[in-house]
Amino acid sequence: MNGPAYASTLELMSGVILVCAVVTLWRRSLSAVVKALAIQGFALGAVALILGIRQHDAVLIVVACLVMASKGVVIPTLLGRVVASDPSSREATPIVNVPASLVGAAALTFLAYGATQPVVALIPTTAGRLVPLGFATLLIGFFSMVVRRKAISQIVGLLLVDNGIALVAFLATAGVPLLVELGASLDVLLAVVVLRVLAAQMWSKFGVLDLDQLRELRD
Amino acid sequence: MLALVVLAVPFGAGVASAVAPWRRWVGWLCTASIGAVLVCGVGLAVRVVHGPPVTAFGGVLRVDALSAFMVIVIGAIGVLATWQSVRYLDAELAAGRCSQRHASLYSMLVQGFVTAMLLAVVAGNVGVMWVAVEATTIITTFLVGHRRTRGSLEASWKYIAICSVGIAMAFLGTVLVYLAALHVGHHEHANLDWTSLMAVSHHLDPGVMRLAIALLVLGYGTKVGLAPMHSWLPDAHSQAPAPISALMSGVLLTVAFYALLRFKAIADGALGVALPRALLVAVGLLSLVVAASLLLSQRDYKRMLAYHSVEHMGLIALGAAAGTRLAIAAVLLHILGHGLAKGVLFLTSGEILLAEGTTEIAQVKALLARRPALGGVFAFGLVALLGLPPFSLFVSELNMVRAETQVGLGWAAAISLVCMAVIFGAVMSHGRHMLFGAGPDGEQVHKTPAIVTAPLIGALIGCAILGVLAWPLAGLLRAAAQVVAT
Repeated sequence: MNGPAYASTLELMSGVILVCAVVTLWRRSLSAVVKALAIQGFALGAVALILGIRQHDAVLIVVACLVMASKGVVIPTLLGRVVASDPSSREATPIVNVPASLVGAAALTFLAYGATQPVVALIPTTAGRLVPLGFATLLIGFFSMVVRRKAISQIVGLLLVDNGIALVAFLATAGVPLLVELGASLDVLLAVVVLRVLAAQMWSKFGVLDLDQLRELRD
Repeated sequence: MLALVVLAVPFGAGVASAVAPWRRWVGWLCTASIGAVLVCGVGLAVRVVHGPPVTAFGGVLRVDALSAFMVIVIGAIGVLATWQSVRYLDAELAAGRCSQRHASLYSMLVQGFVTAMLLAVVAGNVGVMWVAVEATTIITTFLVGHRRTRGSLEASWKYIAICSVGIAMAFLGTVLVYLAALHVGHHEHANLDWTSLMAVSHHLDPGVMRLAIALLVLGYGTKVGLAPMHSWLPDAHSQAPAPISALMSGVLLTVAFYALLRFKAIADGALGVALPRALLVAVGLLSLVVAASLLLSQRDYKRMLAYHSVEHMGLIALGAAAGTRLAIAAVLLHILGHGLAKGVLFLTSGEILLAEGTTEIAQVKALLARRPALGGVFAFGLVALLGLPPFSLFVSELNMVRAETQVGLGWAAAISLVCMAVIFGAVMSHGRHMLFGAGPDGEQVHKTPAIVTAPLIGALIGCAILGVLAWPLAGLLRAAAQVVAT
């Protein structure tokens, strides 16, 4: 892949990841949120693929395919089933309303650029310049876990955090060693499965998937 | 070879308990497998105390004195917890609260949980260590929710949501450490092995390492239960079955702390001691203050024990902040002492819950008169946990304070002593309420079977021997402290 094409596709795909994160804050329909997450998973795989082709790194290309399969297909399908079973699958009353959330996302993106100065300074490449986008995605994930009250929204927030970290790892270090990458992906997949099982139990016990129902344990 | 056996034996027992239908002998097989881990841990310790570290799979597994010590800690408390698990499952089955299948699932998960903790401490690669710590979160979530009540469901959700986020931060920190290692110069040798990171630690980029160590302290700190990320801990530890609480509180927290100790050694090399120390002092003191204020008004004895863990994690964070050999040796002794005492107390509290049917402090009265054996173990456990002699926590707390004063952290040690005094008063008053007084007239004295109390008494005696003689661990503690001390 030649220089300009490489740089622009990498920028585009990293940008898509951040935009998808913002979309999860903007859309209140949970099925739309899960779709955004699937697109984000594919974009993340694409980033790894571009880097793998550029650096002639076969391992990274394999990892890219795995990322697309797990984050683009498997996890969104798992979440999609829960959303489909819940007829009122809208984020009804977020603690922070949508316009304020979007302003928050913008502020977090600025913060990400500030916090990653030392990282960007260390890697003077196209990939290095894009690292703040990963941090911004991660911070938006945190934000959405704090302000959203639906069980599914919290899982989505966790996945945003994870995708943000994966983006940083791909851009900054061309992926962590394979053994660690595989272990980490498996752990995330299992965590989502566990959360989904818990959500299903909550559904059968409480009849809603609202975390405001969880208020039994207090000091 | 021995490093591999440590992982294979409990894993094998886990597989056996998954395929065989639940019987008591399966439970005892699991206990025996953890006992074998303890023996292997001692064997490893003997080998590495004076010799080079034991490695396997080209450095993926690596056991030095620090790892061997942690294997012993996991083995010791693991034996207590799996021993008591047999009784817990018997009682649950008898009461019809769980099925045969659930009992099998429970033993399998416990074995998986212990194996994951062992992998975390024998991994030579900090990435593999991370994977293992995250695996403990996933496995224990099901164990926390084993009783399937509304409360335990809530606790499981909070536990996995908060800990997953925390551990994700730790992963980002690990990635940044890797990034710094990649840019040291000779690229091709960079990997996530702890030894190679330590070898280049003085050349790691300080800007990136500052960000990394902050993320690692916050991230692994979540799993350690350090404030301000402790909010999952009292819920999870109070809702989990007693043997699981004992394992989570007694060992899992300190396994996460072990990860922090490893990274602190790398960060000390890259940044000097100031920043890692400041971060650990901040979270340590905050944990102590939070624990002290919440223990005062505690009404539930399992939550009381859980907050007590927050306090002890704060203490070891302060000790690690001092970072000298004396401090680290004291921290490690405290890890073992706290594990034993907290394990005993959680297991006893499980028995109390079984007998009294409540976890409210106000509902439990005159234990010493009504259930002398159980009450006695609980009383001595509290005495050990509060850091009174002859138990080892007294010695380790004393030495941590000494070490902190030596490096100019006397003010922090003073604050920690004030918090400890407050906690001492609070726990004593709760304990007095539960233990003393006369039982209702005509109620006969309840006996507790010796098979329940024997291992608990054994653990307390062990804790006291360590406190008086420091034998047989003195050499191992010195060697282990040398691995990560500044």
